[in-house]
Amino acid sequence: MNLIDLTIHEMQQQLADGTTTAVALTEAFLKRIHATDEQLNAFITVCDEEALAAAREADAQRAAGNVLPLTGIPVALKDIFVTEGIRTTCASKIFGDFISPYDGTAVRKLKEQGAVIVGKLNMDEFAMGSSNENSAFGPVRNPWNSDCVPGGSSGGSAACVAARQAAASLGTDTGGSIRQPASHCGVVGLKPTYGRVSRYGVIAYASSLDQVGPLTRDVRDCAIMLGAVAGYDAADSTSVDTQVPDYLANLEQGVAGRKIGLPKEYFIDGLDDDVKQAVDDAVAKYRELGAEIVEVSLPHTKYAVACYYVVATAEASSNLARYDGVRYGERVDEGKGLIDMYSQTRAAGFGDEVKRRIMLGTYVLSSGYYDAYYLKAQRVRALIRQDFIDAFEQVDCILTPVASTAAFGLGEKTSDPLQMYLSDIFTLSANLAGICGLSLPCGLSDNKLPIGVQLLGKPFGEAELLQTAYAYEQASDWQGQLPTL
Amino acid sequence: MRKHYEVVIGLEVHVQLTTNTKIFCGCSTAFGSSPNSQTCPVCLGLPGALPVLNRQVVENAIKAGLATNCQIAPRSIFARKNYFYPDLPKGYQISQFELPICEHGHLDIETEGQGERGGHQTIGITRIHMEEDAGKLLHSDDPTTGSRVDLNRACTPLLEVVSEPDMRSSDEAIAYLKKLHQIVMYLGICDGNLEEGSFRCDANVSVRPWGQEELGTRAELKNINSFRFIKEGIEYEIDRQIELIEDGGEVVQETRLYDSNTGMTRSMRGKEEAHDYRYFPDPDLVPLIIDNDWIETVRGILPELPEPKKARFMADYSLSAHNTDILTAEKALADYFDACARQHKDAKACANWVMGDVQRRRNDEGISVAEIPVTPELLVGMLERIADKTISGKIAKTVFEEMWTSGKSADAIIDEKGLKQVTDTGAIEKMVDDVIAANPGQAQEFSEGKDKLLGFFVGQVMKASKGKANPGMVNELLCKKLRG
Repeated sequence: MNLIDLTIHEMQQQLADGTTTAVALTEAFLKRIHATDEQLNAFITVCDEEALAAAREADAQRAAGNVLPLTGIPVALKDIFVTEGIRTTCASKIFGDFISPYDGTAVRKLKEQGAVIVGKLNMDEFAMGSSNENSAFGPVRNPWNSDCVPGGSSGGSAACVAARQAAASLGTDTGGSIRQPASHCGVVGLKPTYGRVSRYGVIAYASSLDQVGPLTRDVRDCAIMLGAVAGYDAADSTSVDTQVPDYLANLEQGVAGRKIGLPKEYFIDGLDDDVKQAVDDAVAKYRELGAEIVEVSLPHTKYAVACYYVVATAEASSNLARYDGVRYGERVDEGKGLIDMYSQTRAAGFGDEVKRRIMLGTYVLSSGYYDAYYLKAQRVRALIRQDFIDAFEQVDCILTPVASTAAFGLGEKTSDPLQMYLSDIFTLSANLAGICGLSLPCGLSDNKLPIGVQLLGKPFGEAELLQTAYAYEQASDWQGQLPTL
Repeated sequence: MRKHYEVVIGLEVHVQLTTNTKIFCGCSTAFGSSPNSQTCPVCLGLPGALPVLNRQVVENAIKAGLATNCQIAPRSIFARKNYFYPDLPKGYQISQFELPICEHGHLDIETEGQGERGGHQTIGITRIHMEEDAGKLLHSDDPTTGSRVDLNRACTPLLEVVSEPDMRSSDEAIAYLKKLHQIVMYLGICDGNLEEGSFRCDANVSVRPWGQEELGTRAELKNINSFRFIKEGIEYEIDRQIELIEDGGEVVQETRLYDSNTGMTRSMRGKEEAHDYRYFPDPDLVPLIIDNDWIETVRGILPELPEPKKARFMADYSLSAHNTDILTAEKALADYFDACARQHKDAKACANWVMGDVQRRRNDEGISVAEIPVTPELLVGMLERIADKTISGKIAKTVFEEMWTSGKSADAIIDEKGLKQVTDTGAIEKMVDDVIAANPGQAQEFSEGKDKLLGFFVGQVMKASKGKANPGMVNELLCKKLRG
């Protein structure tokens, strides 16, 4: 078997028994990146030298007996994580050649666990998008079909794992930005509960919704990666001080007796037939595995998209104010004064979608509109959260589609932002409610593109969520399906 | 014209807190370091950085709230105030808006009697909230070099204390400000330096015809850095507004800057240029929950505030209201006096020395109370020697001066310089006899009833004793001998 085709837990095994080394793994992945990324464009920055140095260090540590779960495992980061000494762009021109003087908490934890960072991944600019077409560095191609999008905003993070350019990656999910691309690329993607992983050092899009999570080849890898980055961080006031369980400990527990809810509002007209079929098959498989399937209701679902685009853009309009050309990044100054410098810098630095959301967010916070939009959206958000609290009184887990279609074609939705916004309809409620959610491959579409099923879990119920996902993964035919590239 | 108008003033005071570290990061707040040396990703507003609230700031805000009779909110919220400026690294200031930490307080002030509004007034405090300061822009005279930004001050903690529009004259405004200044100094939460901007005042001033219910349109005077300038700025603004109205014009709502060189105010920005700050709750910070235990713990460590201290000084030390006011104006001086009075039975003597020679010497040198070389212990050591008649009050002045320069104890100085008062009856009697013998003419006049010559004789004897003879004994012996 090719080294790049191994999962993390298989690599751990081979590293442990000396069959391979961190250097060999890293070289294999770097070689794969250089061979395929011309086509995929999943990476913005590849760190050959730093990665090989880290790999050598990992091998030395292993030789000295210091072995941690990720020692020598090559991973990649969405370019939204600031990294000391390596360029960070957030897929935006406005950063110029910005290099962060510090590592964010999740990155620091990966490094402390011995991971080898091979590069920084393409994404929608500032994580705003669902197709990875809003990148200053060009779109990412879907490894299953290069005429299709990989999903977004963590498109590079999903594509690179599917294409075996890295063993796993980190992404961020504000409205589905891990789960939707994971679904479109046929990998496992987890959005943890809000507060589970520190946001310190993650470039903010919408602070009350953003959450860091892993994209991996399988559920076990997902558990390993989550264990590495989860936990309270004093530097993030919104991270929650609750113990991180051993996500691997009871992974194989099974789902017998578990109650899985199907929210009736999610199974609507407009689902593609092949998506509906794949999700129905997954439900049938769970029934076979001994889970009890019940219908639940999330009555405020229809307001989620509107609510999300008010809350997210309001926060974004403020979060992105710091990119003003004063302290770092690209400055455009024609010597016509301060206001002109701000306007020119931001006009040149931000892409269309980012500008659209800044304007929308500025509008909803403006004097005279705040109550009608921002405040009302906050009330709707509370209702959506309550929907889930009520549903989780009845069930252990909620199962839904991730997206109504498999990956769509490049350019297909770019001219219609609203259509693009609706592609997150199944995922963004989890962010509004702050609960955890996971996307898991469950089939292929008629034109051989992956389809994912979404599992939503209770706050801090990642362990149960992973167990539920693992049970299906082990019993299904989709384990290990990979695109040929 | 003034008598036809009622003046209405509300004040917003920014109190810079003297915590060791900034409000949302661990950087030092020390003043005067080289530009941008006290910064980190958080206060630089770097991508990905997040704020973490400094607990000491909250504690200081609770102190300020308790000392100004506010209610402390069990739950308060930080909000973002959005605007672009190069000294504001995040493009927003973290402040509090809808749910501030303190509300519904008041301060009592006294002003000189002037008609109905003289004497005692209660000034409402609308709210006190916590916020971060901005950085500083350093403008160069050379236009080609551009401006520089120093972010050392960015993210230093401020309290904004907002009063009700309860003041009706510049005197009341100044009395309120001095009271608030005294309180934050007593609490030890601010260094109180107006010039350096540690205590900054914006004044909202309006006028209305007497009897009118509705408030007049206000102008906001910005950042005036001394009590005198605040008074002058308000006075100028009152005259300007009245004149404007009398001339048939209208006051417009605007922000005005006071120019201390001309004593005038000028428009900085009008209402239409006012920012829409788009306040909204900061999603990076969780609601601040303050339970009763915390409030009571803080209440327990509050220092004695000016009013109770005055009451105690008057009761325990039998001081006049006037003297008490002088002694308590500054907490450090009050503590100095208190330390003396606790160790010496004659509190009045302590008060006289502290208000007199101690303050005089201190003013001569322009030093703080902490820098006074004569500690309360040294001063009391001298007062004891006056009380037990080892030295006279007059000699004490010499001893005090010597203590101030050398730092030695009164006993050491008295010893070294031989300043001990002569109380030996025989020795004094001899000097008295000598003086009478040397001045027979005056002695004759005295015995014929020219009483005021007694002073002359006392002076002569004291001179002969080089000031050391006990004046009481000299007096007594002279009277006895001269009257025969």
